Amino acid sequence: MAQRTPLYDVHVHAGARIVEFAGWEMPVQYQGVLAEHEAVRERVGLFDVSHMGEVVFRGPKALESLQRLFTNDLARCADGQAQYGCLCRDAGGIVDDVVVYRRSADDLLVCVNAANRQKDYDWLHGRAFGAEVTNESDAWAQLALQGPLAAGVLQRLTSVRLPSIGTYRFTNSDVAGIPCMIARTGYTGEDGFELFSASEQGPKLWSVLMGAGQPEGIRPCGLGARDSLRLEMAYRLYGSDMDDTTTPLEAGLSWVVKLDKGDFVGRQALQKQKEAGLSKKLVGFTLTEPGIARHGYAVLQDGKPVGNVTSGTKSPSLGISIGLAYVPPGLAAEGSTFAVDVRGRAVAAKVVKTPFYAKKK
Amino acid sequence: MNFPDDLKYTKEHEWCRIKGNRVVVGITDHAQNQLGDIVYVELPEVGDPVKKGESFGVVESTKAVSEIFSPVSGKVVEVNDPLSDAPETINEDPYEEGWMIQVEFSSGKELEELLDVDAYKKFVEEEAE
Repeated sequence: MAQRTPLYDVHVHAGARIVEFAGWEMPVQYQGVLAEHEAVRERVGLFDVSHMGEVVFRGPKALESLQRLFTNDLARCADGQAQYGCLCRDAGGIVDDVVVYRRSADDLLVCVNAANRQKDYDWLHGRAFGAEVTNESDAWAQLALQGPLAAGVLQRLTSVRLPSIGTYRFTNSDVAGIPCMIARTGYTGEDGFELFSASEQGPKLWSVLMGAGQPEGIRPCGLGARDSLRLEMAYRLYGSDMDDTTTPLEAGLSWVVKLDKGDFVGRQALQKQKEAGLSKKLVGFTLTEPGIARHGYAVLQDGKPVGNVTSGTKSPSLGISIGLAYVPPGLAAEGSTFAVDVRGRAVAAKVVKTPFYAKKK
Repeated sequence: MNFPDDLKYTKEHEWCRIKGNRVVVGITDHAQNQLGDIVYVELPEVGDPVKKGESFGVVESTKAVSEIFSPVSGKVVEVNDPLSDAPETINEDPYEEGWMIQVEFSSGKELEELLDVDAYKKFVEEEAE
């Protein structure tokens, strides 16, 4: 049976349309994806992301142990800072893409994708060299307050000076009396915060944030807007854009792979792949003819399938069709053209620079 | 939910307005609500043949693609072209401005198989259970 977050009843009361996603019954939208998307780009929106999991490394060997399982370099991540990266298999395939919150060298929280809660815990726990690894996923609620006006809303509810929390930094403090880990992170491309609280405090935290954001026109936002917002930023979605068979180099995540940091699981394979060259690369594209590309559609060159679309939608902010696709390296340069097989019709596409959307100054 | 009683309906959630030897076809209020914000439509061209129960076009929301099925067999004689630039019209006014195509039907018999408003309402309720 599908799982529910501690906020399930809140969503139902708010009139959300509930769908199953990654084994979770989640709100896909409240009033509508476009209105929610726009609220986050222009004002502020609130997401329940409690389906995300939390795996914690503790003990004197915590940092050293996680370093050996993570592609990015936690030595370059200060206490109170977060870092994005991948967990890889020996062969280089991605187990998950995660954000590590370094509370201290002996206490690091790994935020993992909902579908991978158990898989990641099993993977990490089985390979942790001397660290104590616990799956705290059920203990946490996680709310994402996102948008240019998010800081103004949150500041009314907390005594922490929010300007002191830089991007990808976090601190522990109360929000409306509820103890939270307040992180300036998100998946939308806008300024905003992810608030981690005790699971049972989630509904209360949701309601005080919704109340505080009324003057700003805050909207509850579902997974539909979360997906269109992340895709405009070309943020990868695990399970759609990458999986156990794709490497971070292929997925365009070489910026979070630090081959020179010392050994880690998958390093040798990735080093080898880097030297040998890639056979496919994830690129951002726009359709230059009418249509919408969708996950699974074929990329065509001279009428033959040479790749596949992993994500696609019509960008609500830009009004054009955007997507991500694996293509041969020869088609990966900006300006390269190919076609996408949209239900039997070859629709022209062009590789463009990502992110697709540039945040308003 | 609004279901005009002068229309006929299908179990695929299209509506039909019968005008002489033609039917005007669109999707119902229930269908547009289920789909969410419609951001793209693909419609046939004037002169294209359509067949009862077969797909004649698609509507897409930000997240999903849905086919639209013809309630009758015949020939497309008019297409609501402005929908290409303003697909949200289908959300806003599904029964008037949001019409999709007009079909000159080949057999009046097929009309008898369409649902009337009460039968359609009942079908929607049953589907929700």
